[in-house]
Amino acid sequence: MQITADTVRHVAKLARLAVSETEVERLTPELNDILHYAEQLQQLNLDDVVATSHSFQLVNALRADVVRPSLPREEALKNAPDSEQGQVRVPAVLEG
Amino acid sequence: MQTVKEIIRSLQSGESKPSEWVELSIQQIERAESSIQSFLSVQPEMAIQQAKKLDESQPSGSLYGVPYALKDNICTEGLRTTAASRILENYIPPYSATVAEKLQNENAVLVGKTNLDEFAMGSSTENSAFQKTHNPHRLGFVPGGSSGGSAAAVAANMVPFALGSDTGGSIRQPAAFCGVVGLKPTYGRVSRFGLIAFASSLDQIGPFTQTVEDAALVLEAISGYDPHDSTSAKHETERFSQALTGDIKGMRVGVLPQDALHGLDNGVADALQNAIRTLSSAGAEIVEIDLPHQSYAVATYYLIAPAEASSNLARYDGVRYGRRASGETLLEMYEKTRSEGFGLEVKRRIMIGTYALSSGYYDAFYKRAQKMRTLIRQDYEKAFAKCDVILTPTTPTTAFRMGEKLESPLQMYLNDIFTIPANLAGLPGISVPCGKVDGLPVGMQLVGRAFDEATLLRVAHAYEQLRGFSVQLAAEEVGQ
Repeated sequence: MQITADTVRHVAKLARLAVSETEVERLTPELNDILHYAEQLQQLNLDDVVATSHSFQLVNALRADVVRPSLPREEALKNAPDSEQGQVRVPAVLEG
Repeated sequence: MQTVKEIIRSLQSGESKPSEWVELSIQQIERAESSIQSFLSVQPEMAIQQAKKLDESQPSGSLYGVPYALKDNICTEGLRTTAASRILENYIPPYSATVAEKLQNENAVLVGKTNLDEFAMGSSTENSAFQKTHNPHRLGFVPGGSSGGSAAAVAANMVPFALGSDTGGSIRQPAAFCGVVGLKPTYGRVSRFGLIAFASSLDQIGPFTQTVEDAALVLEAISGYDPHDSTSAKHETERFSQALTGDIKGMRVGVLPQDALHGLDNGVADALQNAIRTLSSAGAEIVEIDLPHQSYAVATYYLIAPAEASSNLARYDGVRYGRRASGETLLEMYEKTRSEGFGLEVKRRIMIGTYALSSGYYDAFYKRAQKMRTLIRQDYEKAFAKCDVILTPTTPTTAFRMGEKLESPLQMYLNDIFTIPANLAGLPGISVPCGKVDGLPVGMQLVGRAFDEATLLRVAHAYEQLRGFSVQLAAEEVGQ
């Protein structure tokens, strides 16, 4: 399997990254190298192996559904690049 | 700087006051920092003020008056926390990580925040957006990574202990490169609340210290269940320091066969053989074990960790905190913010992870990596039927030159071959200095059973007592 410059552009889009052409040129062979190396996992038959997503089998961690104090709104907004009237402001989602 | 234990003894007996130790730490930072560059921020006034307050009170708390540093991906309320990323350059957390709170409660004194590879992604600390940290033993060489700043700060005698985080070796590898002790606890032993997430199923916080006993003391202070981290374990926190009896007679130490250790530098291989002889002469039983899937660990890790990272780092979108670039539309703002805010290695990993999780490649890459993770975990289960701890080198080589591996990401990744498997299996691991080659330290790694840090520390401590040299800090060589 070969990663092309187009694959890199497509994946960047999925990841919400704007990549420059210089970056595409650099990343294409690098990602190829890394994914080619990762292809060694294809050598083994893993059909009967159960996947591990977590080192230890955890059961759901539940807690009582009670109201507790949380971060005050002004604290939560202190790091927001743009806020007004207790809300964060972002550029228009839809044109028009 | 004395060890944590010596400082505690001196303070408890009234021979010294907390402010003396904090001032000593700050003086050493002022002296050595211009050549080492291990701190992203230092808080001298705040630290001295806290220490002076402690001067007035009766000694209380297990780390009363002991100065320390935190890796800058551990949140501190009101103190800038950057993860060495432009995207968090001005981020001031509204809360502290649980480990920071715990150390505060034990009356340890925070003096500063240390450098790292951006978002803890790297093995040399060269991926920091702000500065490059030098190895205190030899300037111009890397300190390892990603917790290179914490390792270098302890090695250069600036603080008696520092915390780091370890996702694929980011505590143990820099500890080995800098000639100090580095402990990655069992996954879940220490709360991750307030640790800026990289790969959540692998990340774990742990200490850098001069001695194994100090590592045990710090571990006692930071471990325990935390309702804010539902993956933290409900295990009793033991008095790890009391497990250090020095007696390892009959302890079974597992070692890998020669062919699993190919690619080692000669000096590292010799130091490892010496360590095996030392443990054997202390009455430990050396048994050969096999970890047949270890050779797949790097490939497995470099799919799982980027996949988790691509998800965790989706939160940096310029909306609620962190840097924002301007854009006409929301989508353009997201893309520009992330492109300007993240460095190349972070982008690389987000891209690998996104690819491995994307439609059509999920089964071939991510799912397979998760299955391989099962086999690696089972390798350890089988090995631990035959032994109590497993001994390997921490890294195949000693510290490399700055810039040497920057052009080849894959070569940089292969450096983590011995440390990654323990993260995939969630097991505790420790790196202890076991020699020097050309002035650069060599580390040996011990990996233990889950939640059996007591045995791990006991073997490491016994080795430390017998290895024939005491910890050699680099302070004499830098800035003096």
